Amino acid sequence: MRIIFIVIGLILCSDLLSAKTLKVGRHQAYNTITKAISASVDHDTILVEKDIYHEKNLVIDKSIVLKGIDHPILEGEHLYEIISVKVDNVTIDGFKLQHSGQSSVIDFAGIKIYNRHNVVVVNNILDDTFFGIYSQNGSNCTIKNNVINAHQKEEQQSGNGIHCWKSDSMLIIGNTISGHRDGIYFEFVTHSVIWRNYSFKNLRYGLHFMFSSDDSYITNRFEANGSGVSVMYSHGVKMYNNYFKENWGDAAYGILLKEISDSYIQGNHFEKNTSGIYMEGASRIQVERNTFKNNGWGLKIQASCMDIVLRSNNFIGNTFDVGTNGSLVLNKFDGNYWDKYEGYDLNKDKIGDIPYRPVSMYSMIVEKNPPAMMLFRSLIASLMDKTEKVIPSLTPENLKDNHPLMKALPL
Amino acid sequence: MKKIIKYVITDILRNKIVLAYTACLLAISFSVFSLEDNSTKGLLSLLNIILIIVPLISIIFSAIYIYNSAEFIELLVSQPLKRKAIWMSLFTGLATSLSIALLVGIGLPVCIYEFSITGIMMIVIGVFLTIIFTGIAMLAALQTRDKAKGIGITILLWLYFSILFDGLVLFLLFQFADYPLEKIMVGISALNPIDLGRILILLKMDVSALMGYTGAIFKNFFGTTTGISISFVILLLWVIVPVKISLNKFNKKDL
Repeated sequence: MRIIFIVIGLILCSDLLSAKTLKVGRHQAYNTITKAISASVDHDTILVEKDIYHEKNLVIDKSIVLKGIDHPILEGEHLYEIISVKVDNVTIDGFKLQHSGQSSVIDFAGIKIYNRHNVVVVNNILDDTFFGIYSQNGSNCTIKNNVINAHQKEEQQSGNGIHCWKSDSMLIIGNTISGHRDGIYFEFVTHSVIWRNYSFKNLRYGLHFMFSSDDSYITNRFEANGSGVSVMYSHGVKMYNNYFKENWGDAAYGILLKEISDSYIQGNHFEKNTSGIYMEGASRIQVERNTFKNNGWGLKIQASCMDIVLRSNNFIGNTFDVGTNGSLVLNKFDGNYWDKYEGYDLNKDKIGDIPYRPVSMYSMIVEKNPPAMMLFRSLIASLMDKTEKVIPSLTPENLKDNHPLMKALPL
Repeated sequence: MKKIIKYVITDILRNKIVLAYTACLLAISFSVFSLEDNSTKGLLSLLNIILIIVPLISIIFSAIYIYNSAEFIELLVSQPLKRKAIWMSLFTGLATSLSIALLVGIGLPVCIYEFSITGIMMIVIGVFLTIIFTGIAMLAALQTRDKAKGIGITILLWLYFSILFDGLVLFLLFQFADYPLEKIMVGISALNPIDLGRILILLKMDVSALMGYTGAIFKNFFGTTTGISISFVILLLWVIVPVKISLNKFNKKDL
């Protein structure tokens, strides 16, 4: 009986056992990757030696592992989509892809995944591609340790670094992305993780979320992007331990939150942004243990937000701690550290005895009339701020932290 | 001319007010830097001193000094000296001694605690404001022989430059809120040396906030080398023009 099982098992596995390795190179059996792929069967490995390959559009239609040795170059000649994955279970490892086609009609990409699952794209270098890695209706795909760089000039005529559309369970890990329109773009993507990526100097957003729910992004760095990071029309988004730095401009934010609900923003660092976080129409968000340092505005929270809880954050050296546009406040500020707090602590429990109002009068004036920024820190502006602190008239009455901390939290 | 400058400076030092001013500035600067836990907040407090106290002291002290030396000036005029030399020496002596007081009182602590581009910019602006307000005081002191009236004029001028002007600008901003005023604001800021100085410091201090909408326009103007050069030329004009006018007046004045 046992022998029969073993035989059946072997027969079932024979397909796997027959997998072979095909080599591509100048002195190997195959001199182009296309030929090697057509000669291969599922589960084969194709090893590509270092050289420049002009494969036009390389279509992968077998479940293979395509592995480059010392980053062989796949040249797109500014005309083609370089690799198109049209089958499940494919691995693409260790290539340098350069000069993909550019078009305003077709989304040419360095690597494009067409409605597939279990595709792994690791350790590739993409240089001057229109879209970098594009997942269209993919699932369970891994995009890891790629370096994606482009030199695009205009927002309208450029693509995204990692573009995921209508995908599920994606892992985006350890990629470095720069010079694209959006570093990482998610639209209708669910249950995915973005971890340890570095996205900088992109034209628009470092990370762009639309209609993508139940995703996490953790320990990423977003630096000097045209408009920072934008998270819109999603729920259940977890943002942990990210760095948002030096996103400068009128419409640039560390994070822009629009119509977000049931989400978590924890342990992030916002440094030297024009605005650290900008919230509009957001609800039920826990903002905890973040550091807001040297921003123009630490937090801009519009009156359309509700049930936002800000607890245990550090606000240090911001020009304005909090800005808002109305008097309605449905959010809770509690137990944060504000370096501008001037209250006292009589019973020495490290919690200030009088509430702190983080919205200064002058930030309301600047919100209504931006050129008034010219008079900031003048005697008249300070006088107005002081009077407002004694008799609040313009600033929202309920926007206050009842338990401000006397010492910064060690974050 | 050198002799008169030397005499003016020793005279100012002898009456000890400038020494007290220096000591005060030193005490304030050291205490703000050691009280605040981060030196940026210290700089912020010093900013207020430089924009408010320094012009006030410069303008009032200079005016009083000119009034008190009326007899000395009359004596000098009777000597074979050019009036221009007399007036310029008085100005140079006053401006130098007050600037030295500022450099020691604020410059020294800033160099010790916060030797950064913001700190240096603050000292430079402070020196400019000292010189500008000395010049304005000399012009004001020539307007009337009455000492009380003259000092009143200088205080009003200080009030105008440090509060009223900003109030007016704020009023205009709200009256014309529907119009694009950013570029005009850049021009208007040139009309007040305190404002101009403050914006130059802000560009170094609150750079993140100024990167916003209006800030971008300021930054595009004041942040570039041409912008900074133009601003300093305007500050220089603020030094030269009042002194020149006062010099012309002094030349024609019947003492």
